[in-house]
Amino acid sequence: MKAFEHVSGLVVPLDRRDVDTDAIIPKQFMKSIKRTGFGKNLFDSWRYLDDGEPDADCSNRPRNPDFPLNLPRYAGASILLCRENFGCGSSREHAVWAIEDYGFRALVGVSFADIFRNNCIKNGILPLTLPPETIDELFARTREIEGFDLDIDLTSQTVRAPATGDGWNFEIDAFQKHCLLTGLDDVELTLLEEERIRDYEARRRRGTPWLFRQTG
Amino acid sequence: MAQPKTLLRKLWDAHVVSEADDGTALIYVDLHLINEVTSPQAFESLTLRGRKPWRTGSIVSTADHNVPTTLRARGITDPLARLQVETLAANCARLGIRHYGMNDPHQGILHVVAPELGITQPGMTVVCGDSHTSTHGAFATLAFGVGTSEIEHVLATQCLRMAPLKAMRVTVSGKLGTHVSSKDLALAVIARIGTSGGVGHALEFSGEAIAALSMEARMTLCNMSIESGARIGLIGVDDTTVAYLRGRPDAPTEADWPEAERHWRGFVSDLGAVFDAEISLAAEEIAPRVTWGTAPDMSSPVSGVVPDPDTLADPTRRAAFRDALAYMDLTPGTPITDIRPDKIFIGSCTNARIEDLRIAAAVVRGRRVADGIRQALVVPGSGQVKADAEREGLDRIFRDAGFEWRDAGCSMCLGMNDDRLGRGERCASTSNRNFEGRQGAGGRSHLVSPAMAAAAAIAGHFVDIREFEGDRR
Repeated sequence: MKAFEHVSGLVVPLDRRDVDTDAIIPKQFMKSIKRTGFGKNLFDSWRYLDDGEPDADCSNRPRNPDFPLNLPRYAGASILLCRENFGCGSSREHAVWAIEDYGFRALVGVSFADIFRNNCIKNGILPLTLPPETIDELFARTREIEGFDLDIDLTSQTVRAPATGDGWNFEIDAFQKHCLLTGLDDVELTLLEEERIRDYEARRRRGTPWLFRQTG
Repeated sequence: MAQPKTLLRKLWDAHVVSEADDGTALIYVDLHLINEVTSPQAFESLTLRGRKPWRTGSIVSTADHNVPTTLRARGITDPLARLQVETLAANCARLGIRHYGMNDPHQGILHVVAPELGITQPGMTVVCGDSHTSTHGAFATLAFGVGTSEIEHVLATQCLRMAPLKAMRVTVSGKLGTHVSSKDLALAVIARIGTSGGVGHALEFSGEAIAALSMEARMTLCNMSIESGARIGLIGVDDTTVAYLRGRPDAPTEADWPEAERHWRGFVSDLGAVFDAEISLAAEEIAPRVTWGTAPDMSSPVSGVVPDPDTLADPTRRAAFRDALAYMDLTPGTPITDIRPDKIFIGSCTNARIEDLRIAAAVVRGRRVADGIRQALVVPGSGQVKADAEREGLDRIFRDAGFEWRDAGCSMCLGMNDDRLGRGERCASTSNRNFEGRQGAGGRSHLVSPAMAAAAAIAGHFVDIREFEGDRR
C-alpha cells in the first residue's frame, strides 16, 4: 500500500452528487488486466466528446470544454472537490486506479460510498469528508479564486486554505488513518494473526462441518 | 437473559477472528465468488508476492460480465474480453479453484449461480468483487461487494478487516398488490431513503410483506440494497429459506441437514433487538415503479409523471434532477406511460431468475413485441435458469413474441459485451442501475420489474401492469 501523510495542491471542483464509478471509469476500460494506465480515461464520457475505446490514444480526442478537468485553471490539480455519495455504484477499484493515475491524492466531499472509500484507502488516496456547509464554501472559493489550493495534513487531521487563512478539522476512522499513514502491506499485517485465523477456522470446521465438506 | 441481538450482530459475532478496542474486527470469509473483470490484478499481485490462496475450497468462479450471450460456439471475438475470460480460467486451473467456464451448463451470473446451486447458505460471510453481492443477504448471510485489493486480501488471508456496520430495519407491513413485485418495493425503499441513505448500514428487511416473498423475490430486494448505499441487505431465515435450499447440489447432505437447519434458523433478529435506524412502509401503498432519471432513487409510480426539478428546495438535488432530465430527454409533467422505450432488457443479477422469466412470459404469451421496439432481449441469469425455462417452454413464448433468447451473463445491465444501448436509445430494463451510460454510452435506462418490462415491450410504451389488457392472439 502507498502511504499518505500530507498533500498540498490545487483543487478542482466536480459539482454533482451521486457521481458513480461507471462515470469515473466507464466499463469498456475495465477490460484491462492491469492496474495502471486508467488516468487518461478518468471521467471519460464527461471529459471527451467522442466515445472512448480501451488502449486508444487520447491526446487528440475532442474534449468537452466545459468539464472542469479540461479547464486550464485546474490543470495539475491534486485534490478533487466533490459532493454527496461520491463513488457510488459498482465496486470497481479501477475507479480509484484512474483517480490515482490522473494525479489526485485526496478527495474532499460530503460523503463517499462504502466500497469506494475502502478502495481509496487501499491505494493511498485520502477520502476526506467535511460538513455540507463547508463543502458549499469550498465550491464557492474554487470558483472565485484562481489557483485555490488546500493543505491537507492527515496526522493532525486538518485542512487549511492558504488563500483565505481558513482551516478545518476532519474525522477519519483510526484504523484507516493508521493504514494511510504507514502505507502498510495490510495482507502482511493480517498474516501476523495467522495463528488466530487458523484457530478460528478449526473452530468453524467443528461447528459447521458441512461448510467445509463440499469444496474442501 | 442475554441481550437481544440483530441478525447483523449475530452474523458479525459469528465471524470475528479478532477484535480491536474500537470495534474494528478481522472477519472470516466463508465464501469467495470470483469473476473475470475484477480479479486478474488480485491474482497477479498475489502471485508476485509469492502467496497462495488460503483456502481454495472457499472459492467459486465463473465468467459473467464480459461473455457474449449469443453465438458462443465461435468463442469471444473481443480480444480484451477473451483475455480476461482466459486469464480467469488459467488462474483457477493453476490454483485448483472451482470454475464454471463459458460453455459449462452452470455458467451464469455469480449471484444467480451460487444460490441456485445451494452454495450460498445461511450464516455465511460471502464476498465478491461485485457490488451486487448484497443479493446473497436474502439467505441471512453477511454478503457484500469488495474491491480488487480486498479480493487479494481475502485470497491471501481468508479474512477482511472491517469497521462495525450499523443496522437499519426496513419493515414492510401488509401485502404487495397483484403484479407489484419486490423490484417495485426496492425502488420504493430507495426513493424513500435516497441513494446514500444506506451508507454505513446493513438493511434488514422484515414484516408481513417480506415473509410472503419467494427467495427469488427476496434476492431482488437484497440485490438492490446497494443502490441505497447499503453494502449489505439482509432477510432472516424462515421456512421459505430452508425449503429453497433442500435438494440443491451444494446444500448439506441428509446426514448434516438437521444440524445445519438448526444452525440456520438462529439467523433471525431477536425479539426486542435494537436497530440503529428504522423505517417502515405499507405494502398496499406501493405501485409498480419506473425510474425516469440517472440515479436509482429517481423513480415514480407508473401512474405518475416526470417530476419538476423546480419543486425541490435543495440546490444540489435540483441540479441533479435537471441534469438527469436533460440526459434522459424528458420534460417535467410527462406521464410515465407516455415514455416509449427503443429496447427491452429482461436480465441481470436483479431479475433473471426462473420466477422473473415466468412472470415476464405470462405477460408476453400470445402477444407480439410492438413495432417501435428495436430489440427485446431475454438473458437468463444462468445456464440452469435457461435450461429450466426451456423445459417449461418459456423460450418459445418469448421467441414467438419477437424477443431474442440469449445465453447467460450480465449482458446489457452494464454493456461490457456486445449487448448495449446506442447513443440516445431508451431502454426498459429489469437491471439495477440507470446511471448515465451504464447500458452503453449515451443510453437511457428506465428500471422496472420483469412484468413491467414485458408489458412495455408489447405496448410500445410503459403501461400499468395492473391494468394491462393487450390482445392475445
